[in-house]
Amino acid sequence: MSEVAYLAPSSPEAAAAALARAGAQPLSGGTDLLVQLRAGRSRPDVIVDLKSVPGAIGVREAAGGFVIGAATSGAVLGEHTALVKAWPGIVEGANLIGSTQVQGRASLGGNLCNASPAADGVPALVAARAVCVIVGPNGRREAPVEAIATGPGKTSLAQGEFILEFRLPPRPARASDAYLRLIPRTEMDIAVAGAGVNLVLDAAGAVTEANVALGAVAPTVLLVADAGAALVGGKLDEASLAKMEAAVRAACRPISDKRGTVEYRTRIAGVLARRAALIAYQRAGA
Amino acid sequence: MSKTHVTTTVNGDPAEFLVSPRMTLLDALRDELGLTGAKEGCGSGDCGACSVVLDGRLVCSCLVLAAEAEGCRIETIEGMAQGGQLHPLQQKFLEHAALQCGFCTPGLLVASKALLDVNPDPTETEVRYWLAGNLCRCTGYDKIIRAVMDAAAELRQERTAA
Amino acid sequence: MSETLEKPAAPASGLNVVGTRPIRPDGADKVTGRAAYGADFNMPGQLVGKILRSPHAHARIVSIDTSKAKALPGVKAVITGADFPPFLADELIEGGEAASSMRDLAWNVMARAKVLYEGHAVAAVAAISNDIAEEALSRIVVKYETLPHVIDVEAAMAADAPLLHDHIFTAGVETKPDKPSNIAQRHRFARGDLAEGFAAADVIVEGRYTTKATHQGYIEPHACVCAWGEDGRCDVWASSQGAFMVRTYCAKVLGVEISDIRVTPAEIGGGFGGKTTVYLEPVALLLSRTSGFPVKMVMSREEVFRATGPTSGGVILVKLGAKSDGTIVAAEVELKYQAGAFPGSPVGPGAMTALACYDIPNFLITGWDVVTNTPKVAAYRAPGAPISAFGVESAVDELALKLGLDAIAIREKNAVKDGVKAAYGPTYRDIGYLETLAAIKDSDHWKTALKPGQGRGLAVGFWFNVGGESTAAVHLGEDGSAVVVTGSPDIGGSRASMAMMAAEILGLPVERVRPMVADTASIGYSMLTGGSRTTFATGMAVVQAAEKVVAELCARAAKLWDVPVTAVEWRNGQAVCLDAAKDAKPMSLATLAAQSARTGGPISAQVALNAQGAGPGFGVHLCDVEVDAETGAVSVVRYTAAQDVGRAIHPSYVEGQVQGGVAQGVGWALNEEYIFDANGKMENAGFLDYRMPVASDLPMIDAILVEVPNPRHPFGAKGVGEVPIVPPLAAVANAVRGAIGVRMPDLPLSPPKVLAAMDGKAG
Repeated sequence: MSEVAYLAPSSPEAAAAALARAGAQPLSGGTDLLVQLRAGRSRPDVIVDLKSVPGAIGVREAAGGFVIGAATSGAVLGEHTALVKAWPGIVEGANLIGSTQVQGRASLGGNLCNASPAADGVPALVAARAVCVIVGPNGRREAPVEAIATGPGKTSLAQGEFILEFRLPPRPARASDAYLRLIPRTEMDIAVAGAGVNLVLDAAGAVTEANVALGAVAPTVLLVADAGAALVGGKLDEASLAKMEAAVRAACRPISDKRGTVEYRTRIAGVLARRAALIAYQRAGA
Repeated sequence: MSKTHVTTTVNGDPAEFLVSPRMTLLDALRDELGLTGAKEGCGSGDCGACSVVLDGRLVCSCLVLAAEAEGCRIETIEGMAQGGQLHPLQQKFLEHAALQCGFCTPGLLVASKALLDVNPDPTETEVRYWLAGNLCRCTGYDKIIRAVMDAAAELRQERTAA
Repeated sequence: MSETLEKPAAPASGLNVVGTRPIRPDGADKVTGRAAYGADFNMPGQLVGKILRSPHAHARIVSIDTSKAKALPGVKAVITGADFPPFLADELIEGGEAASSMRDLAWNVMARAKVLYEGHAVAAVAAISNDIAEEALSRIVVKYETLPHVIDVEAAMAADAPLLHDHIFTAGVETKPDKPSNIAQRHRFARGDLAEGFAAADVIVEGRYTTKATHQGYIEPHACVCAWGEDGRCDVWASSQGAFMVRTYCAKVLGVEISDIRVTPAEIGGGFGGKTTVYLEPVALLLSRTSGFPVKMVMSREEVFRATGPTSGGVILVKLGAKSDGTIVAAEVELKYQAGAFPGSPVGPGAMTALACYDIPNFLITGWDVVTNTPKVAAYRAPGAPISAFGVESAVDELALKLGLDAIAIREKNAVKDGVKAAYGPTYRDIGYLETLAAIKDSDHWKTALKPGQGRGLAVGFWFNVGGESTAAVHLGEDGSAVVVTGSPDIGGSRASMAMMAAEILGLPVERVRPMVADTASIGYSMLTGGSRTTFATGMAVVQAAEKVVAELCARAAKLWDVPVTAVEWRNGQAVCLDAAKDAKPMSLATLAAQSARTGGPISAQVALNAQGAGPGFGVHLCDVEVDAETGAVSVVRYTAAQDVGRAIHPSYVEGQVQGGVAQGVGWALNEEYIFDANGKMENAGFLDYRMPVASDLPMIDAILVEVPNPRHPFGAKGVGEVPIVPPLAAVANAVRGAIGVRMPDLPLSPPKVLAAMDGKAG
């Protein structure tokens, strides 16, 4: 009979120390962990609630860029006007997870570290080139977002480490992002495929920076360099979009499961990347 | 098995109870406080029948550990009617026949109120997407949406009149 | 006592309560969270009961060792199939909409020699807490000898299929087979000369259609609290569609007297047919007897999916022959339905309803009931009919396209009407099918043009609706209020309709009539709530009981006025003296009730009947969809459902039945299905991946209530609850066909399938 302990440390160091124990698991929004606990897929000895760690919740601006507490709920992100204006794709990714109720708790940190290949919060973060600030028993370190998930349900975090916050780069004047996913219903489903596109434009409307990240088409979120490169250089047009789509499809390596087949996911990833690119382009003021 | 003592405010009144670490807020509300209005439809956050408002935020209580509720403010369906008077949402649900078996109704009412608290004039689409996490198998949602929009209109009128 | 009422139905005008939309009497309880459902009730000292379920789709149980579980402190009882009466011989009971095998029920409640599906109950424990009960389950050691399993219905029919039961020899065939098989029964309905019919046809369409198993999807999992007293008296609190059914089934499964069990129906969080049987109650009772304490059992959502009856997946083969003017001259339909672990798929009703909307001179309908290693199917709203209708309505759609006729015209051409002999036997009378077709033809929806990328589909559907046994009592309070007591659990607002009908007869405002759903010891027998029977049959009993009360009130007035009872008439809630010489002012119900002790005692009446003359219902649905050409995603953008309802007692709740059935049908068409892995385990046993429609998936659903009264009900009511789920599968599929130009014969129409179909057309 498993007796679980629940701790709510109030400093990053205490949290790292608690997580360093074998059998310890972090708790952020809880919308994944509680489901796993109930299903018996997770059997921790200690649950370490990160929400009381200073900095874990909240959105602030630092060094010209936004810093997002890793345990901040999607609902809170959605209410932050400046963040929504600068990074609508990141916020919409977070707010597509589950339902309104789930978004009231689910966080980007939890979504990332749960490491589902289909995580809705991750592609836009990767496309944004977000950086994670990681706290552990040996202090702090930083890592790019795409370095965290290493496979379904697995992360590169060492025992005792947790993500405290995400740092986003400063936002140039004409830049925006978008996240789209394909699900069978209109809400509530796990993504069959997802695409996050982040664009920076120059004053003339030409794309100077483009990042395309795909979800649910590989064991982890894919940052497809060729797809981004295809968009850079001129305005978004049929030719560059078609080249991007081809690069996206070439990069996909999904599985066939009850939610979608290899062929379908690959095809849809291309469609979604194209649509997301167009939305990001429009949002950036093209 | 060691239990933790949790102190909260439920529907404006102080409430305290003992919880085991794996107990959810839903379990605590139903089994420790006897507030059985929130229901378990799935236990995995996919149906919304357990919806409550936690520190002003709409959540699934089956996805919150009871221990996390320490020091929090919880609002459940039991707190919606005030002094023997039904809330306009509750009244409109009845007038529009927006319930049949009634099992999803507490969750839907809590979720609808949370919507109108942040968006007093939602469109039909906004209502539908906000409530997508509340499954109803009986009604096909039609009368529920009408009831929410009608209640929203009435609340806006009350606000203007006030 | 069998009742057939041949009075003309009450006129639409002159009704004060019936046809209005009062607030339901249980409303405040339901919107405040006070109403008590199955899991909301507790008995002092109760234990937690849990079930150990088979991880295998098909296996022999070699041994079960419960010793370690029994030894765990806090565990008060552990039981297995061996603790139940063995049921070596079968017993059949009439109940619900078909006869039930008590042996199959008993062996489904808890496995005996074999487990027949993943999730099949193998053992159960009762313990002082959830955690201890879970731990106890993990300490039960079951040794299985796994067997090959079969899920697909046609695979199960093959000669070399894994055999589920040794005792099934196909019934309903000319020569009884000499070997057992998985084919439990063949149903057959025939008329005319099929070969001749097809020979005379100008055009023939043929199609093969398939559907997957779908679940009723009620949001409330099964729950009960049961106590077996030291005196052998049993108390059951359960969420169920029929308290008397629970009583009977528990008595049979446990081998006890029906009179030893009292069942109190809790409020029920949805049933749709899925709660017309028992899963937990006999187990909880036996755990209670063994432990000496009450036992509460609540299913998890996962258990609901793995272990309670979905409806069948099916194969539907349709061949239609027609003249070029659209007259259908021949039809051949073959249905193959999964029954799950024990016989009893709804292929019979599926066969009977398949052609019920069409007047066809030559047809042959064959239906196969086939066992499979999946949970035993349970009734699901118009059981069997949505599946066969999907095939037939898709084929009729193809026929219409081939002949260049519109969807309504071809159905009008072949429509059944009064005097026509139904495909399943009886002669139609007082049906409103043509009127319902007309209602769609006149609708704004039918007249509105489609936008690009959209498609429109029409489909029709039928359900018999049943009558059956009901008991109702009406009691007057000394203040002139009334209580109406029935034994029909309220799954959709029927309680309100009972109060309304009684109020109409008594002449009281509906707020003065309190409806109660009573336990099995407090009211006479009632068949379960299902078959769209409650407003019709229980309503009939309520009306007759109210009429008896009115007769008694008149007798009391006659006594007070000293006139013969023939000189008293009841008008608008008052006794009126017809003898002018008496110069007597009318006396209200309240006045008479207040004097009841003086005039003879309490005023009360009870009526027990077996209602005959239920009116069948017809639905005509129109659906517009939009298909995303790049992803295959289908959205339903407009939906209109017209239905012949006889008389809408409470129109809001009738509309609600229509809208709810449509939503279930849309989910069935687009997204819902049971997905099994190679080992026969369900992969999507939760609301995440068993995808039912959410609020943003649907538009408003326009329900058009067509009233062609049923003269055999005092107010003209026909059953309404089941018809609405029959047309949507084909309405949606026909709309998709309209949008993409390709027939999609296999449900559900998930985006990858739709995209592939579009590709196939282009490529």
